[in-house]
Amino acid sequence: MNDTDPTPATAQSAETTMLLDPTSEATPSERTRTPRKPSLDGLTVGLLDIAKPRGDVFLDRLEEHLGRRGAAVLRFAKPTFTKPAPADLRHEIATQCDAVIEALAD
Amino acid sequence: MFDRGWTDGLPVVAPTEARVARMLEGTTRSPGDVVALMPPSLVECTVEKVAVNAVLAGCRPEYLPVVLAALEAICTDEFNMHGVLATTMGVGPVFVVNGPIAGRIGMNSGINVLGHGNRANLTIGRAVQLVVRNVGGGMPGGVDRATHGSMAKLSFCFAEDEAASPWTTLAQDRGFDPSQDVVTAFCGEAPRILVDQHSRSADSLARSLADGLRSTVSPRTVMGMDGMLVLSPEHMSRFRNAGWDRSRFMDELGAHLMVETNDILTGSRGIDDGLPATMAGLTLPKFRPGGLLVVHAGGPAGLFSAIVGGWLNGPMGSDPTSREITP
Repeated sequence: MNDTDPTPATAQSAETTMLLDPTSEATPSERTRTPRKPSLDGLTVGLLDIAKPRGDVFLDRLEEHLGRRGAAVLRFAKPTFTKPAPADLRHEIATQCDAVIEALAD
Repeated sequence: MFDRGWTDGLPVVAPTEARVARMLEGTTRSPGDVVALMPPSLVECTVEKVAVNAVLAGCRPEYLPVVLAALEAICTDEFNMHGVLATTMGVGPVFVVNGPIAGRIGMNSGINVLGHGNRANLTIGRAVQLVVRNVGGGMPGGVDRATHGSMAKLSFCFAEDEAASPWTTLAQDRGFDPSQDVVTAFCGEAPRILVDQHSRSADSLARSLADGLRSTVSPRTVMGMDGMLVLSPEHMSRFRNAGWDRSRFMDELGAHLMVETNDILTGSRGIDDGLPATMAGLTLPKFRPGGLLVVHAGGPAGLFSAIVGGWLNGPMGSDPTSREITP
């Protein structure tokens, strides 16, 4: 501002600048978690290998432990760890399993 | 705007209605057009949202078509921006622009081509990253948990020096006509310089470049990771003087990029990382066919070239992806 600026100081400070939102403006939907299972006995547990090296080593051990505790185990694998699990695979796991464990590795 | 999480850590230009309206004049596309489903959240991203982020990034309206085409290129199954963002490796989308648009909007293909000093180069790459961050939700510390990250994740976009190149362009090599404006997205790290100030013959320089390229990502990887070589004008002069065209160069370079798998088996030379023993006794190329992109760019003086290491390629990772830039 200087003496030649015709805008009164009070008017300028009261101005608001409208900014456009650069985000998606979407809010994630919240869902309640499935209640924790009281026991593994009789459950079907899915083991999802994300296709990282040595993920199978970890999941093999989990399968042994789960078997000893009375759970049936189904094994699943993502085609690649770099992409989200395909919808069909997610559907398969959701309809066949009571719980799922996903293995990261390296 | 910092507090709202809209920036990459640098100041941004406030996206006022007037500025966004001006930005939208840079394209003939309607503001409501959906450009892509933006990873990682896979939400619809409109031309208007891209324009808002292009303002934030500091773009001029005439850059907007390049930003739009770049986003279309990365939001494909073949480029796999989701994986490029989510990997802990410090890679990002690297963009090479070919065609008359590069000169028309003032992109740099010369001095400091991979560095600072040019508004179009820096703000186009930045705008793309801001869209992924703001629209897609790909926040560092959120889905983006890169171990080191790299400057390639801030902005990495440049033009090929076509006028001074004796070779066909990168876009031509990928099936486009020289009259077309094209952006090619490559998943890469930040560049590093390869020095060779003594090779006077094309053969010596090809051998020397091959030695450097063998170490991209890791000397113990073959075929699974792509690479990019940015040849400087002075290095290019060696091949020009020898009468080598792009095809001859790729053949000669490829011959020096053959790797004996016995040298990089797991456990060899006391290193656990490497190929499984089942791959012993083979001779394999460092890069899969088409897995090394070669571009001519850089200042007129300097016997250096630049190497950009890639990431996991093919259906398991990311493939270089080109799109025509349309108004």
